[in-house]
Amino acid sequence: MKKIEAIIQPQKLESVKAALLAIGVDGMTVSEVRGHGRQKGHKEVYRGMEYNVDLLPKLKIEIVIPTARQEEVMRTPMAAAKTGGIGDGKIFLSDVLDAIRIRNDDRGEAAP
Amino acid sequence: MKQVTAEFHYNRTFKFSANRVASCLVLALLFVALGMAQAPATNTASATDSTATQTQAVAPAAAIPPDIAKKLDDLDKATKNAQMAGDNSWMLTSSALVLMMTGPGLALFYGGLVRKKNVLGTMMHSFILMATVSILWAAVGYSLCFAEGSPFIGDLRYVFLKGVGAEPNADYAGTIPQQTWMIYQLMFAIITPALISGAFAERMKFSAMLLFMTLWSFIVYFPMAHMVWGKGGFLQGTLGGVIPAWDFAGGTVVHITSGVSALVCALYLGKRNGYPHESMRPHSVVLSVIGACLLWVGWFGFNAGSALNAGPLATSAFIVTHFATAAAVLGWMFAEWMVVGKPSVLGAISGAVAGLVAITPASGFVKPMPAILIGLAAGVVCYLMVSKVKQMFGYDDALDAFGVHGIGGTLGAILTGVFATKEVNDLRMGKPMGMVDGDAGQIVNQLIAVAISWVLAIVGTLVILKICDVVFGVRVNSQDEIQGLDLAMHGEEGYHFES
Repeated sequence: MKKIEAIIQPQKLESVKAALLAIGVDGMTVSEVRGHGRQKGHKEVYRGMEYNVDLLPKLKIEIVIPTARQEEVMRTPMAAAKTGGIGDGKIFLSDVLDAIRIRNDDRGEAAP
Repeated sequence: MKQVTAEFHYNRTFKFSANRVASCLVLALLFVALGMAQAPATNTASATDSTATQTQAVAPAAAIPPDIAKKLDDLDKATKNAQMAGDNSWMLTSSALVLMMTGPGLALFYGGLVRKKNVLGTMMHSFILMATVSILWAAVGYSLCFAEGSPFIGDLRYVFLKGVGAEPNADYAGTIPQQTWMIYQLMFAIITPALISGAFAERMKFSAMLLFMTLWSFIVYFPMAHMVWGKGGFLQGTLGGVIPAWDFAGGTVVHITSGVSALVCALYLGKRNGYPHESMRPHSVVLSVIGACLLWVGWFGFNAGSALNAGPLATSAFIVTHFATAAAVLGWMFAEWMVVGKPSVLGAISGAVAGLVAITPASGFVKPMPAILIGLAAGVVCYLMVSKVKQMFGYDDALDAFGVHGIGGTLGAILTGVFATKEVNDLRMGKPMGMVDGDAGQIVNQLIAVAISWVLAIVGTLVILKICDVVFGVRVNSQDEIQGLDLAMHGEEGYHFES
């Protein structure tokens, strides 16, 4: 089992979700996060006080999938979230030791 | 003669039949005609005619015994009642509008400017004064402000609102019940201390804040309101003040006292933890925009209501308030646009408040074009104050109560002496009202009033802070400050998105 964590631009969520659904991935967890990579932040000014806001709003999509599908699934958000500009985000792949479906105690690759 | 009798018949049907609306109109027309005839500027032929008819009608009527005399008397009463109904409805509306400035206006405006861990604590500063000051006012506040006493403070004749009833108090407002005047003035006493809370936001202990506001009402607000507006007050413009200064709706009494006291508070309490290195961005400019818009609307009650009747002076105050505010929005916005490169929303709404503040003392004395100048000046000056001067000195006036109210109020009070004109408000019976009328001396009076407000605010606030510090400690401990006042002081949070 593998976990894919995709950090994407917030406005790309719908395209990524649709692309994942199209290849049959229907489980995911989405959270609002802040962060930055090479993309630098921006300046905000409130009554003359300047603030450098370098952590920018992003969305994180987490998907756990059978190892066999990892390449296919990783490519999907890569394609769907791309604008070609700085700040498009990143995708991380990692191993998952186990998974449990709370409702019926399914384990392993049957669970996600 | 016949005509007059016919009219009195009509009047009787008014009293005893259901056809009241039409009769009221007739009375109102009669009244307006009388008013126009008396106003020198609108001396038209028809108005003179109607006065003539009146005089003819009254002279023989006096000779005719009792029933006609009684009807004349009734007519007189009905006219007065009609005027009182009109004026009173506007003044009650104005009272409600001014209360709306504090809550939700100021509560939202300030609430949006703080960090989200302090939103409730900040809104509570405004809200709790709506209750606290009201009780103080009913007990002694009104009397100390508006009973005739010494030039510096009123006596106790109206304590517990004794003798404050439906009968007008002719010294202040002869056409509305004294109760209306009393409740209208209360709304000013509420918002003034609430304005100060912008300076000590995010770091003052709630218990100390309550004591501070109570003492501040007694030591600064009540004496200042008496001096400027109370009968026999030292600075009273029309009721025998030693140095008559023009302050139509509260430039000195409300904005200078609160703004300058705010500065003293900011200096005394010190900076917020982490200021200016940590981010203290407003948590929701959205709330502040809503608050500022409510302030703008409520301010019509504040300024136009200060005419104390529903006549043309109220209209004049209403429109100069509006134009000055519009000019101040543009002044602040363009100044910021030039300096920073972007026209911020927070800048635009702050400009509105600055303009409203600056026009307040002048609103019953100036014409629309000078009002636009006053607003423009306030927008630019207050912008420079909060964005440049504050940072130069490094004090932490968290929400710029001093920069906007202290500076805007001072600017407005002085410019009132420049632009006040007898064409708007002829308080001196034809003599010049301000510099534009050819009497620059009024500026000196305005400066004296400004100086007295500054000194009273500085000294009074320092003494009060010292007392509060000894009794409760004015500042929260740094643990509470980091946690936020909402949890530390009130055991609540403004936002629970998970629930």
